[in-house]
Amino acid sequence: MDFDIPRIPLGDWIESGLDFLTTEFSGVTRAISRGTQSGINLLNDGLMWLPEWALIALIVLLCWKLSGRRLAIGGLAGLALIWNLGLWNPMIQTLTLVVIATLVAIVIALPLGILAAVSDRFYRVIMPILDFMQTMPAFVYLIPAIPFFGIGSVSGIFATVIFSMPPAIRFTTLGIRQVPKDLIEAADAYGSTRSQKLIKVQLPLSLPTLMGGINQTIMLALSMVVIAAMIGANGLGSEVWRAIQRLRPGEGFEAGIAVVIMAMLLDRLTQSLSGGKKTK
Amino acid sequence: MTDTQQTKIQVRNLSKVFGDDAKKALKLRDEGLNRAQILEKTGQTLGLSNINFDVREGELLVIMGLSGSGKSTLIRCLNRLIEPTEGDIIIGGENIPQLGDKALLQCRRRHFSMVFQNFALFPHRTVQMNAEYGLEIRGVDKAERAEKAKNSLKQVGLEGWEHAYPNQLSGGMQQRVGLARALANDASVLLMDEAFSALDPLIRRDMQQELIELQHRMKKTTIFITHDLDEALNIGDRIILLRDGEIVQIGTPEEVLTCPADDYVARFTEGVDRSRVVTSRRVMRPVRATAHYDDGPRTVLRKMSENTLDSIYVVDRERKLLGIVEVDDVDEAARAGKDSIHELVITDFPHIGPDEPLATLYPMFQGKSYPVAVIDDQQRLLGVIVKGAVLEQLAQTGEQ
Repeated sequence: MDFDIPRIPLGDWIESGLDFLTTEFSGVTRAISRGTQSGINLLNDGLMWLPEWALIALIVLLCWKLSGRRLAIGGLAGLALIWNLGLWNPMIQTLTLVVIATLVAIVIALPLGILAAVSDRFYRVIMPILDFMQTMPAFVYLIPAIPFFGIGSVSGIFATVIFSMPPAIRFTTLGIRQVPKDLIEAADAYGSTRSQKLIKVQLPLSLPTLMGGINQTIMLALSMVVIAAMIGANGLGSEVWRAIQRLRPGEGFEAGIAVVIMAMLLDRLTQSLSGGKKTK
Repeated sequence: MTDTQQTKIQVRNLSKVFGDDAKKALKLRDEGLNRAQILEKTGQTLGLSNINFDVREGELLVIMGLSGSGKSTLIRCLNRLIEPTEGDIIIGGENIPQLGDKALLQCRRRHFSMVFQNFALFPHRTVQMNAEYGLEIRGVDKAERAEKAKNSLKQVGLEGWEHAYPNQLSGGMQQRVGLARALANDASVLLMDEAFSALDPLIRRDMQQELIELQHRMKKTTIFITHDLDEALNIGDRIILLRDGEIVQIGTPEEVLTCPADDYVARFTEGVDRSRVVTSRRVMRPVRATAHYDDGPRTVLRKMSENTLDSIYVVDRERKLLGIVEVDDVDEAARAGKDSIHELVITDFPHIGPDEPLATLYPMFQGKSYPVAVIDDQQRLLGVIVKGAVLEQLAQTGEQ
C-alpha cells in the first residue's frame, strides 16, 4: 500500500489565505477591534455601575412583566445565588459579550435572511455555507480570531458571532417563506411594491419565527462566549477555565451553575417575548 | 343588460401554458391537439387556450367552471398574478401583458381589487387596517383612508367592528372584511375568486343577495369566479362557461339554461331549479282577446265566447291594463240591459313584470285562478301566463 499520492496541503492553503487577510486588512480589523472593545467597555461599565440589588430588581421586574410570577421568583433566587457566590462581575462580563455578539449577529443575519427568502439563487448559495458554519467544531473559530483581533474579548465576540449567526439567518428565511401564499397574493393584487410587501406583510407575520431564531442565537452565543475564555475572553468562562487548570471541580461547577442560570433566564425571557405577546 | 354598455376590458387570444416550453405546446394546440394530448406529448399543461371575451362597464360577469377548468388561472391572468403566455388584455387603453413592472403596479392599484376564496385577510391587522390596506400602499393620507375604510365597512354591515382582529370574526364576517377591503380601494374592477365558496350555504345566499344589491347600487364592474352553477345563475348578468381551459358558452343565465351550447353545458344545467332563472317573458302567451273599457256587455260577451274565455282583461285606448271581468258578471249585465261594463271591472288581478323569475308566480296561482297578466312598466299588457305553460316549461328540463 505504498502509493505515492502527495498529501493535499489544504491546511497550508487556508493558512496562507488567513495570512493574506490579516496583513492586507489589518487596518480594518484593528478598527473593528477598537470599535468593538469600546462597545464592550461601555456596556460593561454601565451594567457594573448599577448596584447589584438594583439590576436584580430590574431583571426580576422584567421577568414578571413578560412572563409571570414563577419566572420572577426563579430569577430572583438564581441571581441572588450568583451574587452570593461572588460571581457577579464575571456574570456581567459574560452578559455583555452575549448581548454584543447577539446584536452584531442579528444585524448581519436579518438582511441575509431576507435576501435568502426573496432570492432562490442566494438561498442555494447560503444554505451550504450555513451548514458549514454550524457543523465546524466551535473551537476552530478561535484560532483565526487571534491573528485578526488579538487575544481578548473582541476575538471571543468574532468567533461567537460566526458560531451563533446561522440560526438567525435560517429562521428569518423560514419565517418569511412560510407566510401563507394567499396573503402574498393579496398584497400583490393590491399593487404592493416589494418593500411594502416585506415591511407590511412578510416581516410582521414572520415575527414569531424570527424571535425563535434570535432565541437560538442567544443560546449559542452564551455557550460560545464561555468557550471563548480559551482565547482570553473574560467572564464566567474564564472562571471555568481557571478551575480546569487548577483542578478545582467545586469552583468549576459554581461557575458552570451560574452559566446555567443565565441560560435559563435568557431563554425564558426571549421565549415569552416572542410567544406571549401577539397571540391574543 | 343592454348592448349599448361600454366595454371595460377586452380579452383577446389569451393563452397560458404551465411549463418551460410554451411555444411547443401552443404549436401543438394550433395543430389541433387537445389538452390531454399536449400534456402527454410535452409534459406542458395548457391552462388556458385562446380565450376571447369582453367585460362590459358595470356588469356582474360570472366565470364558471369545475375545478381544473382554468377559471382561477384566468382571473389571475387579468391582474398578472399569473403571467399569461400570449394574448392581449386591454383595460383603459393599456395592454396588461405588455406593461413593465412599475406600470403594472400602477395598473393593479388603479384598476383591480380582489376578494379571495379563503379571505386572505392580514391576521396582524385590525379590521379597519385591513380595509385600509389598498389605500395605504398607494400613499393616501391617514385621515382620508380611515374615512374611506370606515365607509366601506359600513357598506358591508361591519360598523363597530373596526378594532377587532380577523380571527375574532366568523367566516361570513371575515369575507365581508375582504369585500370592504376591495371596495375601499375604489379600483375600477372588482375581482372575486370563489369569494363565497368557503361559506356555509345560508350565509352564502345572504352574501350573494347583498352582492347583487351592492353591485346594482354602485355599478361596479365585477368579475366573479365560481364552480357553482346555482350561484352563477343567481348573481350573474352574464355567464362565461369554461371547460378544460376553453370557453364553452357566453350568455345570460337564461340563455345558458334554455339554449345550452352543447351537451356539457346541458348536463350541467340538469339539476338546476329553473323556476329561479327562467323569466315570465319566456312562458307568457300572446293575449287572444282583450275587452275595451268602452265596449258594451254584449260585445265583450261575444269576444269571450269566440275565444272560449271565462274571464277577459280590460284595457283602455293606449292598451293600458285596467282590470279583468268575469263571464257571469258580463252575462248578467247584458241580460239587465246595461250598456257599459265599467262597474264590473275587477282591479285586484294577478300581474307580474316581464323579467321576473317563474318562482315568483307560484303564489299567484293559489285561490281564484285568473291567468297572470304580464305588464311592462307603463302598465301595458304584454301577454298572459297560465298554469299549464309554467309546468310545461319546467318539465322541459328533464327531456333535453
